[in-house]
Amino acid sequence: MKEHIIVRVIASILIPFIQLYALYVIAHGEIGPGGGFQGGVIFSASIILYVLAFGMEEARSRISQKMSDLLSSTGALIFAIIGLLCILAGGSYLEYDQLPLGTPKLASHLGIYGIEIGIGITVAAVLITIFFEMAGRKDD
Amino acid sequence: MINITEHLPVLIIVISLMSAAIIPIAGRFNRHYSWYITVAVTFVSFLISISLLNRVLNTGKISYWLGGWQPPWGIEYVLDYLNIFILLIVSFIAFIVSLYARHSIEKEIAEHKISTFYSVYMLFIAGLMGMTLTGDLFNLYVFIEISSLAAYTLIAVGRKRNALMASYNYLILGTIAATFILLGIGYLYMVTGTLNMADLRELLPPLYESKVVLTAFAFFTVGLSLKLALFPLHIWLPNAYTHAPSVVSAIMAATSTKVGAYVLLRIMFTVFKVEFDLEVVPVTKILLVLSSVAIIAGSVLAIAQTNIKRMLAYSSVGQIGYIVLGAALINQTAMTGSLIHILNHAIMKGTLFLVIGAVVYKTGIEDISGLRGMGKKMPYSMAAFTIAALSMIGIPLTVGFVSKWYIAMGALNAGMWYFVPIILLSSLLTAVYFWRIIESIYFEDANTEPQNAEYSQIRNPDDAPLGMLIPTLILAGLCLFFGVAAFLPVSIAEKAASMLLGGM
Repeated sequence: MKEHIIVRVIASILIPFIQLYALYVIAHGEIGPGGGFQGGVIFSASIILYVLAFGMEEARSRISQKMSDLLSSTGALIFAIIGLLCILAGGSYLEYDQLPLGTPKLASHLGIYGIEIGIGITVAAVLITIFFEMAGRKDD
Repeated sequence: MINITEHLPVLIIVISLMSAAIIPIAGRFNRHYSWYITVAVTFVSFLISISLLNRVLNTGKISYWLGGWQPPWGIEYVLDYLNIFILLIVSFIAFIVSLYARHSIEKEIAEHKISTFYSVYMLFIAGLMGMTLTGDLFNLYVFIEISSLAAYTLIAVGRKRNALMASYNYLILGTIAATFILLGIGYLYMVTGTLNMADLRELLPPLYESKVVLTAFAFFTVGLSLKLALFPLHIWLPNAYTHAPSVVSAIMAATSTKVGAYVLLRIMFTVFKVEFDLEVVPVTKILLVLSSVAIIAGSVLAIAQTNIKRMLAYSSVGQIGYIVLGAALINQTAMTGSLIHILNHAIMKGTLFLVIGAVVYKTGIEDISGLRGMGKKMPYSMAAFTIAALSMIGIPLTVGFVSKWYIAMGALNAGMWYFVPIILLSSLLTAVYFWRIIESIYFEDANTEPQNAEYSQIRNPDDAPLGMLIPTLILAGLCLFFGVAAFLPVSIAEKAASMLLGGM
């Protein structure tokens, strides 16, 4: 799609906004509709748009296989570690308000933020991996 | 400061899930790390489940509130005599099989997929342990999905093309089963407004005649029967076990259908009360018929097989019949027998599949003829195979005898003597299909067989590597140990059975 200048220009204008919106959905998930999963999907959609406009190699040079593998594990680990931190802080697993972050209310806000960010990273990375796997498949 | 033992019920699942995320990263540095982590984590989970067993035996039921939310609002993990028993089986088999996996996996799975394999393996184990521990219906569904999705992947990961088709079949049927279970959960939630199992037990009795509850129960029974491969719904199982890598066949045969059986017991006797199964719907009668057919049909179909893994798979169908039969008789003795059979079958089938894995590792042959004369070449593995096979037949002093005895006694106690001939007939059929293998292992000469001529050149004993042999022998030893010292599992199973039948 190299010659499609319009597609490329529009895509490069849109992608930052899509990603910003993804971050908004992740951050907003705790008090409104949305959350880590939805935000992660939107984020990966921006990468898919990038692939459609600029091609596989270009996209892979920006997000390598290694990086998306690493991110999909990291997100899940963030979730699990926040849960374990709650145990260390004296609560039960995922009992955010026990975290030593100011008031219990603030602590549970921040705890859920952390979890949502973890989910967002994992979902985005896994969806990108699935897309690359399917798009990169040659018929054998 | 922090009392870590209090958090063990959740930690056992969290460490498995975390290791599933860590293994692919560690595998990037060195592919051997993934095996070390798997063995370490499964060993720690086994230790945790022993410590939990201790606590359950000392203090009775344990309840853990996730996030500190009080049930029935929050998700609750419950441990009682029943599920600690299942948890021990799952974590122990998971440890033994992961110990064994190293050589077998290197041979049967492409090198770049190895760390992915261990990661999915841990997800599978975490899913099974979660299904066992949870006291919340929706959480149960989530864990069923985790373990099922992992299972589809594990079956497909091998080098064989047929594995993809087997995995796809299982995926379709498993998805139908999961959907049925989810519908059942949805209907119960609709009429009661709760997902907590203990709470449902209290809220459901006035609604027993309601059509919605009956529908929910029907969905549960069919969905779970598919998951645990009860006779007419077993069709996914033989292909899945035959074409999966040996390690996967072993872990699935030993744990996944057992946990399915456990969930069926949970729904039938904990979420619903015994009176419901006896008086409101004739579910036990249906299950009695189906399980009797399963016992006979599984054994007959096993006789007809020439591929040894497929033979063991059909034999599993028959053995699942025993577990369901014992439970459906609804009396203390038979229920105890059914629960011990969950343990016993896990040990026996685990041993058999591990031995076949060793044979495949050495010769690459999965056909029954490949075992000819193996008694001289792989003496230790074949000894393990013989012990487990005798145990499957139900020879006294092996575990198979103990559970069949309990189930038969239970049938007599219930006044249903006609199940005893079924058990005897099936033992006879089991003897038929195992005896022809034992005969060819010890009394036939491999040299007469041209198709594995290359391997028969080796005249000296050439057994599997120690890493594979030791786990196999441990399991085979347990077949004998629990056959003699049957009181150990029986004492726990009896408590679990009286809890299931008599209320919480």
